[in-house]
Amino acid sequence: MSVITYRQALRDTLHAEMVRDENVLVMGEEIGVFEGSYKITEGLLKEFGPRRVKDTPIAEEGFVGAAIGAAMLGLRPVVELMTINFSLIAIDQIINHAAKIYGMFGGQTSVPMVIRTPGGGGQQLGATHSQNIELFYSFIPGLKVLAPSTPAEASSMLRAAIRDDDPVLFLENLGLYNTKGEVPEDYAQPENDDVATIGRAAVTREGTDITLIGYSRMAMVATQVAERLAKEDISVEVVDLRSLRPLDRQTFVDSVKKTGAAVVCEDDWLTYGIGAEIAASIQEGAFDHLDAPVRRVAMAEVPMPYAKPLETAALPSIESISTAIKETLSAVGKRVG
Amino acid sequence: MADTTAKPKGAAVRSAGTRRRSRKSAPGLGAEKPEALLDYYRRMLFIRRFEERTAQAYTQARIGGYCHLNLGEEATVVGLLDALHENDYLFTNYRDHGYAIEKGMDPKRVMAELYGRSDGVSKGWGGSMHMYDTKTRMLGGYGIVGGQLPLATGAALAISYRGGDEVVMCQMGDGTTNIGAWHESLNIAKLWNLPIVFVVINNFTGMGTTVEMSSAEPELYKRGSAFRIEGVRVDGRDVLAVRDTAAELVERARKEQTPFLLEAWSYRQKGHSVVDPAKYRTDEQREQARSDENDPITLFEARLTEAGVLTDELREEIAASVKAEVTEAADFAENSPTPDVSTLFDYTYATPVPNESRRMPADPVFAE
Repeated sequence: MSVITYRQALRDTLHAEMVRDENVLVMGEEIGVFEGSYKITEGLLKEFGPRRVKDTPIAEEGFVGAAIGAAMLGLRPVVELMTINFSLIAIDQIINHAAKIYGMFGGQTSVPMVIRTPGGGGQQLGATHSQNIELFYSFIPGLKVLAPSTPAEASSMLRAAIRDDDPVLFLENLGLYNTKGEVPEDYAQPENDDVATIGRAAVTREGTDITLIGYSRMAMVATQVAERLAKEDISVEVVDLRSLRPLDRQTFVDSVKKTGAAVVCEDDWLTYGIGAEIAASIQEGAFDHLDAPVRRVAMAEVPMPYAKPLETAALPSIESISTAIKETLSAVGKRVG
Repeated sequence: MADTTAKPKGAAVRSAGTRRRSRKSAPGLGAEKPEALLDYYRRMLFIRRFEERTAQAYTQARIGGYCHLNLGEEATVVGLLDALHENDYLFTNYRDHGYAIEKGMDPKRVMAELYGRSDGVSKGWGGSMHMYDTKTRMLGGYGIVGGQLPLATGAALAISYRGGDEVVMCQMGDGTTNIGAWHESLNIAKLWNLPIVFVVINNFTGMGTTVEMSSAEPELYKRGSAFRIEGVRVDGRDVLAVRDTAAELVERARKEQTPFLLEAWSYRQKGHSVVDPAKYRTDEQREQARSDENDPITLFEARLTEAGVLTDELREEIAASVKAEVTEAADFAENSPTPDVSTLFDYTYATPVPNESRRMPADPVFAE
């Protein structure tokens, strides 16, 4: 095992997949000469040249659509959208085209492509650059949506996404790029076949009092919450969703059946959100096991402000999630730390 | 008052006969081979009759959804497709039946797709706006205006990436020249030197909105100049002119590895779709769209008759065989089974993964 950053895991896995398969090319704004806004494509242009590392104009609809068209002819483009906020400019191509082509034409042509893009608030980027609108894509049959939270997941899930024959929206997070974690020694080898199973969630920490569900950065925060509450003698089981579509409901429902209570935390607005889907699934799948209503911890329902105290107040935190957990346990008469 | 459905003014219109051909055959038709001319005539007539039959089936509710016809566009369709090689790729908008047939798709399976039957080219998943066939390289059939442009550009990118010698043709309507995808795609195609010919079908009306109402530069073939893409306008009522101009641009795109723009103008004989009575048209405009002098088939028929290529006997023979083939297509569609509901979840994903939903509308999320 070696310890590397989430960023390094992505960069090296992308590199390995390009070595492994001539059909893999990367496209996006500032990914070549500039080496990526977040340096995920560092060194790739020098090694693979402009044929396989394509700097694009600022034309998200145009280049995302071009990647779809290239995928229809059998290439495996990995597109970088500088942030998920810019995906809105390409949303017609993603939802009306990438997600539809396989089904709408009766399974004649698949679209083997990946759209990598970071979401995430907390960077003082203001209202238009702090969203996590993966919900829009998670809503759409025909797309697969992955949201890794650790360097190891980032590596094995990116490999899975590139080798999968369907369009995959691969959600990264500005707050995760510099986080570190263990990865297998051979994670950067082209021969590595450590390919994550798309469509599976994971219990990443076992516990008995309550289930805490998150994905992407919030899965990491959830682990921090669990560690902190362990000191107060509260046993939190953490479920990392990993795949937002398909959604592995059974894994978190089974966990709730064991613990009897659940809190969902998400880096996005609450109303109509992914947490709402999780809560609805829990009431349907574990109704008789629930000792308290499912609690959601989510962003305040405002466009994200710039000023630090306002931004911090709007975002879920270790404190707010801990409070929600304690209140939930208190409501069912379980002891609170 | 400006007549907005008139032939574009001041345009460098190309028509057949501008090319010098060495051999003579039919008078007034240069070195054209009579059998080729009759083949064009038959193919145009086939689209006409196929579309009329489609409209009939639609009004009988045998065909559902939206339904846009190529009536009035037949010479353009045949001319364009004659310019493509078999292994070239085609992307179109939703007015695609004629293109699908001309690209080589079996008319029976096109009609079955219109009927939503299991023998349809996409097994009933696409319908009128989404004709698609990997074998003949007709890569859709797209219902969102402008949606096909980035895709077609990407297909050309894949050809260029592999050093292939195929060309992509990307058809669209006049209204498409105002959407963002147009600008982004033409820019990328030129920037990356891609072998693609963008074809604008100018029938002067995007649904009911005229080109003058929607385009600040209504001379559409000029709009490639912002991207240094050479543009040509052709009389889309003239199958030979379309063929020659398209062939020239397709071969130049292949050889020079660069995009071109072709504008072909003709009249949409009926409304935007089968259900549109086109009440927004003035009597004069309606007359213009339906008149013999603008009907590509009537025009070509007259030329061939005058040249002695088309005799009364041949005309009747062709009409009868076209009618029989269209009837055969409709019968085939009629008799094709509807898709089995058990196939509902077969085409959501190409790579199966755990937890794909197979829930029917009233099913609980958790079975058992």
